Amino acid sequence: MNFIDNPRKLRGFEKNIKVEKVSRRSILKGLGVTGGFVLAAPVMTRQALAYETGAGKMPHGVVVDPRVFVSVAPDGIVTIVGHRSEMGTGVRTSLPLIVAEEMEADWSRVKVQQAHGDEVKFGNQDTDGSRSTRHYLIPMRQIGASARTMLEQAAAKRWGVPATEVKAVNHEVVHSTSGRKLGFGELATDAAKESVPAIEGLKLKDPKDFRYLGKGQVSIVDLHDITTGKAHYGADVRLPGMKYAVIARPPVTGGKLVSFDPDAALKVPGVEKVMKVQGWPWPSKFQPLGGVAVIARNTGAAIKGRDALKLTWDDGANGKYDSVAYRKELEEASRKPGLVVRKEGDADTALKGADKVIVGEYYIPHLAHVSMEPPVAVADVKGDKAEIWAPVQSPGGTREDVAKTLGIPEGNVTVNVTLLGGGFGRKSKCDFALEAALLSKELGAPVKVQWTREDDIRNGFLHTVSAERIEAGLDKSGKVIAWRHRSVAPSIASTFAAGTVHQAPFEIGMGLADMPFEIANISCENPEAAAHTRIGWFRSVSNIPRAFAVQSMVGEIAQATGRDQKDMLLELIGSPRIVKPNVKDLWNYGEPQDSYPIDTARLRKVVELVAEKGEWGRQVPKGHGLGIAVHRSFVSYIATIIEVAVDDKGKLTVPRVDTAIDCGTYVNPERIASQIEGAAIMGLSLAKYGEISFKDGKVQQKNFDDFQVVRMDDSPVVTNVYIVPPGPDTPPSGVGEPGVPPFAPALINAIFAATGKRIRSLPIGKQLEA
Amino acid sequence: MIKVKINGQEQSWDGDPDLPLLWFLRDEAGLTGTKYGCGQALCGACTVIVDKQAVRACITSVNDVAGREITTIEGLHPNGDHPVQKAWRQVNVPQCGFCQAGQIMQAAALLMDNPKPSHDQIREAMAGNICRCGCYQRIENAVHLASTGV
Repeated sequence: MNFIDNPRKLRGFEKNIKVEKVSRRSILKGLGVTGGFVLAAPVMTRQALAYETGAGKMPHGVVVDPRVFVSVAPDGIVTIVGHRSEMGTGVRTSLPLIVAEEMEADWSRVKVQQAHGDEVKFGNQDTDGSRSTRHYLIPMRQIGASARTMLEQAAAKRWGVPATEVKAVNHEVVHSTSGRKLGFGELATDAAKESVPAIEGLKLKDPKDFRYLGKGQVSIVDLHDITTGKAHYGADVRLPGMKYAVIARPPVTGGKLVSFDPDAALKVPGVEKVMKVQGWPWPSKFQPLGGVAVIARNTGAAIKGRDALKLTWDDGANGKYDSVAYRKELEEASRKPGLVVRKEGDADTALKGADKVIVGEYYIPHLAHVSMEPPVAVADVKGDKAEIWAPVQSPGGTREDVAKTLGIPEGNVTVNVTLLGGGFGRKSKCDFALEAALLSKELGAPVKVQWTREDDIRNGFLHTVSAERIEAGLDKSGKVIAWRHRSVAPSIASTFAAGTVHQAPFEIGMGLADMPFEIANISCENPEAAAHTRIGWFRSVSNIPRAFAVQSMVGEIAQATGRDQKDMLLELIGSPRIVKPNVKDLWNYGEPQDSYPIDTARLRKVVELVAEKGEWGRQVPKGHGLGIAVHRSFVSYIATIIEVAVDDKGKLTVPRVDTAIDCGTYVNPERIASQIEGAAIMGLSLAKYGEISFKDGKVQQKNFDDFQVVRMDDSPVVTNVYIVPPGPDTPPSGVGEPGVPPFAPALINAIFAATGKRIRSLPIGKQLEA
Repeated sequence: MIKVKINGQEQSWDGDPDLPLLWFLRDEAGLTGTKYGCGQALCGACTVIVDKQAVRACITSVNDVAGREITTIEGLHPNGDHPVQKAWRQVNVPQCGFCQAGQIMQAAALLMDNPKPSHDQIREAMAGNICRCGCYQRIENAVHLASTGV
């Protein structure tokens, strides 16, 4: 007998969960959905915990219940549910590891079970925003502590001794005075009958007794399967009778199918059917774009069939979207006043009176996620029931959207979460699962919808395109006395609401209005920009253009005043203090300011740490240069030093990267290092090559030949990662995303040091070629 | 009827002879360890070994490999203990893991051809395999480790 033998059999079990508090669904899932009231357990009371997080305000909040997350089998195997999606961060290992730590389970006898999409049962499952560890470190510890307490209580009863005399140690409960022992498996049946202890009374382990947390000795649970080809991704799902589909989608966002001729496609061997796919008018949140599906016995036949389709489209209102013209619009808008989102002092007057004004105009184009696994999903819809298998970052949202799209109750939808072959924000949008559901319903058979790489690049939810303009006013001594930053970019909110022309609060809070420098006169503005394609979250989101602009400007000020980049950076950060920007309801990654303030002492510390470890100021060979940048995002602090080498022909290589991260209390430093190493590759990719451009409304790139990413032969030779040891009560903060933003500006500052060329427009492309 | 030998087993195909080997492996033979990443031999996720050579299965037709011996990630070693696989685990290479089968097959082919590759030779030989998560430093370390004995 287990706590739960199989969580999936026990739907409705949640009604037995003791509800401690009603948490309001104050952040809407996505942006367009109105929420109801949901029940959720609190993270913990203030007295018992040194910090609070925004976890309780996420849709469906947090569920702290060992019966939902832990089961113990009579053979001693402990099964722990991982309710977040694994896309490469290691979260499927690290959250269950926290539970195992607290319950004194032996990790070698733990199995991890992936949760299906059910947020009422498991709490919020949106694996995005670099939130998993920061929202779940304490709840997972509480779940582990509850399970441990239940096992201890069961043992104490069995022996007829006070619970204070027993203690769980490494998968067994020990009676301290007699030395008697009972394994977890032997206690499973009795422990399941124990009542779940109240959260407030739980005793958490002393961190000095941790065996796993903070140690980095545990490999990811899927490691063996990944190296042997057994790991199960969305693309790997196979069902009896399953059909394979690829879809021809409108080449222009908002375009519609006028007509199609299926004859040639139907002659392709293996093609079985050609059918229309329902589309939704733009903007349509995560709803499918529509188009024509080719159904075949295998994916290769479906692709060949699609190539043979004759299609006529009506491109609609975005048919003239042209990146060259749009860039001019953004840049012109950045030269005029816009909506003021932060104002301190009087930047206009201070700039007029400044001894020197340095102006930087920066541009970053659209980017595509290109996760190695393109979007893919399998659906099996039978009557009013639907089962989905998909690599989704938002299993709960997917369940909700499938139910709505098919017009069936949410309880009739099962979303099985596979491994994700990369996500980076793309798989937070479940359009591909909705396509599979619609096709399966119509076909009456299970169907796999496979996006090709071309589909992924041409029909995605792109990273925004932005023009950033910063004016810095200096007094006679070279001190910066005025700062005006105008950020112009189409908003992610445009994917949810027509007529959106301003950045959403969460975008304004990503490196624009939360700028940490100690400057007397600050104006942050957001002139208007309308979207002409689908904009979506991309790893670290608006922090990419903002950090690029702000940290490049630091380099430019250092350059203009003959200062060392690092010294200039520390001078601008100013005194160690809590920054409180004059912004109403400044978005702080959904976290309370009390627990997660903008702390310049921590910002300075990562700069100083990376400068020391990365040997800032060291002599480098001719043609080499060092650059530095720092950025706070996802409530973590990260500083990067990059050494570049630029040869006579303008070929850029990166001999060395050093990055320091302060992400508060951490679980698995080995995976933090891997995330930061990877962020360097993604940062270098976007800086060197990243550009999606439009002409006549259509994306001009198609695959890895014209949308290039860094390969091993031009990747940094060495990337070193330094993790700031946390204080005893430092709350955990983000890791997955924050490594990306400082990379591009550190690189650009390094290129300036090496060559005297200041690059303000990304990608670098051929700008360094003589 | 085309006959191929995959991981030591005879398989036959009487469908479209131009079908890319990738889709034959994944959808017809059920060997899903080999991944689709681009379809144009640009990313290496579909790398398999054909008669001791690394081959991109996405642009190789079933007909092209008629009568040949194909090794996929599933057949690289019966217990998954090929030196490259062991090295991969020792270095904790993967993040999402999706490209890793292709990376491992490419690395295994490299070491068959050149048992002691240099730093530059590893970086060059592996440059056809994209990892969007950015595991390159560890891939290089793992290939080096596999070449020096795990």
